[in-house]
Amino acid sequence: MKFIFLLVAVIFLGCWSLFIGYTEISVSDIFTMSDRQSLVMVASRIPRLAAVIIAGASMSICGVIMQQMSHNRFVSPTTAGTMDAAALGIMLSMLIFPDGGTYQRLSVSLGVTLLASAVFMTMAERIKFKNLVFVPLLGIIFGNILDSVTTFIGLQFNVVHSMASWLHGDFSSVMQGRYEIMYVSIPLLAAAYIYADRFTLMGMGKSFAVNLGMNYNTMFRLGLVIVSCVTAVIVLTVGMIPFVGLIVPNIVSMLYGDNLRKTLPLTALSGAAFLLVCDILGRTLMAPYEISVSVMVGIIGGAIFLYLILGRRVNAG
Amino acid sequence: MRDSAKLAVLFAASLVCVLLFIFYDAGSDLSFILPERGAKVAAMVLTGVAVAYSSVIFQTITFNRILTPSVMGFDAVYLFLQTVALFFFGGGGFMMVNEVFNFTVSAASLMLFTFFLYRLVFVRKGNVFFLMLVGVVMWTLFRSLTVFMQMLIDPNEYAIVQDTMFASFNNVRADLIGVSAVIIALVALFCVPMLRKLDVMLLGREHAVNLGISYDVLVKKSLIIITLLVAIPTALVGQMTFLGIIVSNLAYETMKTYKHAYVITCASLFSIIAIAGGQFILERVFYFNITISVIINFAGGIYFIYLLTRESKR
Amino acid sequence: MMRTENISKFYDEKAVVEGVSVDIPKGKITSFIGSNGAGKSTLLSVMSRLIKQSGGKVYLEGTPVTDIEDSELAKRVSILKQSSHINIRLTVRELVSFGRFPYSGGRLTQEDEDIVSRAIGYMDLMESENNYIDTLSGGQRQRAFIAMIIAQDTDYVLLDEPLNNLDMKHSVQIMKTLRRLTDELGKTVVLVIHDINFASCYSDYIAALKDGKLAGFGTVEQMIESGILKDIFGMDFDVREMNGSRICLYYT
Repeated sequence: MKFIFLLVAVIFLGCWSLFIGYTEISVSDIFTMSDRQSLVMVASRIPRLAAVIIAGASMSICGVIMQQMSHNRFVSPTTAGTMDAAALGIMLSMLIFPDGGTYQRLSVSLGVTLLASAVFMTMAERIKFKNLVFVPLLGIIFGNILDSVTTFIGLQFNVVHSMASWLHGDFSSVMQGRYEIMYVSIPLLAAAYIYADRFTLMGMGKSFAVNLGMNYNTMFRLGLVIVSCVTAVIVLTVGMIPFVGLIVPNIVSMLYGDNLRKTLPLTALSGAAFLLVCDILGRTLMAPYEISVSVMVGIIGGAIFLYLILGRRVNAG
Repeated sequence: MRDSAKLAVLFAASLVCVLLFIFYDAGSDLSFILPERGAKVAAMVLTGVAVAYSSVIFQTITFNRILTPSVMGFDAVYLFLQTVALFFFGGGGFMMVNEVFNFTVSAASLMLFTFFLYRLVFVRKGNVFFLMLVGVVMWTLFRSLTVFMQMLIDPNEYAIVQDTMFASFNNVRADLIGVSAVIIALVALFCVPMLRKLDVMLLGREHAVNLGISYDVLVKKSLIIITLLVAIPTALVGQMTFLGIIVSNLAYETMKTYKHAYVITCASLFSIIAIAGGQFILERVFYFNITISVIINFAGGIYFIYLLTRESKR
Repeated sequence: MMRTENISKFYDEKAVVEGVSVDIPKGKITSFIGSNGAGKSTLLSVMSRLIKQSGGKVYLEGTPVTDIEDSELAKRVSILKQSSHINIRLTVRELVSFGRFPYSGGRLTQEDEDIVSRAIGYMDLMESENNYIDTLSGGQRQRAFIAMIIAQDTDYVLLDEPLNNLDMKHSVQIMKTLRRLTDELGKTVVLVIHDINFASCYSDYIAALKDGKLAGFGTVEQMIESGILKDIFGMDFDVREMNGSRICLYYT
């Protein structure tokens, strides 16, 4: 029921987003589009919609997986340095392969992301001090450190400006031919769904999971690979977007609990819907100018998140 | 070594850093290079003192050693308020704004915000880590709001706006140096009688009240001072999130005494050394094309993780 | 004389202290007794302005304490809560010196130094005066805090469970010191205390609280009496006279 409601919402928002933008296309034009209109539709609007949905869904799922792996509600690609690691990887790839293509960029970035998330998640998993907000704080600072390394390298090679605009999460540059790599996320998300039960078990703790005969370490590695791949792909194609992996899973879990088999599809849809709303707002509020999606997410998501943690303060200690 | 001897050594070291920065490789034509480097050094010293002062006082009134105004997102809020002020009072061209007026309005609204935040968050006594998480989220939130406001002001040229707004050590706002110096001098004067009361605050609220400290009044005064001091570095040279935390903790480790007069002096000297000395080494020795804030954020981040893990083991 | 008039304290509608009026006699030891959550500590905190009351007034020698400057009040009333963690490293002497803050504002005169030395001597801490308080045992640390209160030299001394976490020997030591403070220096001591027999042996007056209300006030002879105690605590007491003190037996 909820699933259908969310699905309808995503479809509605998705259709809406197809008909906003500089080139006017109204719903009634669908069957009588001019060449220019159909070009805009196929080369820009549809790819953008696909990118927004994939990014929203997959970042939310990444958040869920990381939260289960670290047993901590506040861990996500933004609060564990994962995004910053992907950015650092992209920076390095620009130095190693100045003329490299998407796949070279992705592979270097993926390498760095995997390494960084392995370091951090192992740290988070082992940390004795189980204060709920301690781990994400470490992660945020870990991200800051990676970020300053990126800036340092960038300044040395005078690429910081292009890096900055690239890494600023923004869908306006998504075009046919430049975003298709995002589809890599889909099989990964499918894998996450197939193993949903095991991720649920992971969230209950290592001893609990091992006791039930689960190969904990293999699952841990699988989780790392999924999170790193998805994050690297998203940062490479649209840039860094804050909070999505953090607030969407938290809201879903507050409303529907933590059985991932049941909630993962809801999380994916809510993530897509949330990002669509932010994207649509960013495109319409100041049309014809566009406010980048990361700014919109920063404002809306930040406000929601503050409300969440201030409201739930009692549990946070 | 006695505390005063340590301060003397640090003072000498910071003087050396400042002089090196001004005169090293200055060439024969000093009249050209002096004003430019002089302005930079002035900004460095003012920033250093303001950051150290505000961080130490903030830590005292919040009873911990790992929160600073920047970690709580105050400077992001300041930038946001400044953009709002520009939006309402900017009038004609962007460049024609009266800087001092703008500074005053933003600092005053930051003060209101600080009181609000203090009521909302600190009085309810969350733990330190919780408060920091709130701070980090506020940082992102207000950075995003700032960009949003900048787009409202001028969507075409918002990239340019950003460059002029986000000052850095290579882009010092010379026009604000005078105001900043006056504010710091006034604050220092206003603060001297307060420092001994702040010493008593270190015992905790209950002991402080018992010893006759008007707790609420002192906290309010401190918050006013802190917001004024936060505005200065942000306006002059941009954000340096972790500087305050490094220098305050170095000062606590170095000084044997708990007395604010000593700790604040020590922290100020450390931050002048870190900024001026660091920038000197980067620019003139390694010829790196970067500002010290990047290094401070890097080193500060690592030091911060160390402090956090230590704190968590208590 | 210190007087509370109709003091109430509410937390979210819930009354912790309700309409308590009590006169604290000057130059005597008065103990607050009662079960956990009866409002003893809250009342003491209100009397010492650590907590703001929801209603009622506190008078010091006839003047409402709200009319007295904070710095002035600190010369007349002192409060020591249960020994709390202190964030900074201080030596015993540095801690005790803080007791002179209301007089000196942080700059100690020779007279202040002498008073600090005497307070340290009074609490028998001369040997450890240069030790850091975090290296002391619980008993020594508690004595250091009491020395600070002594150096503060107020007519009224309020103590919240001063015997908490102390062994028998140190508890007796502290109670004897408090007795000396009243008998030799004429101080008025008010304490919250859990051990009914310590209250009985060392106090002059007892104020009993139950469910936030004053359940009785009087001399030890009036209050340490099995019928009254049964009303306050809801259990049976066997009160015996021993060596001139009243001892309550309630263990079996």
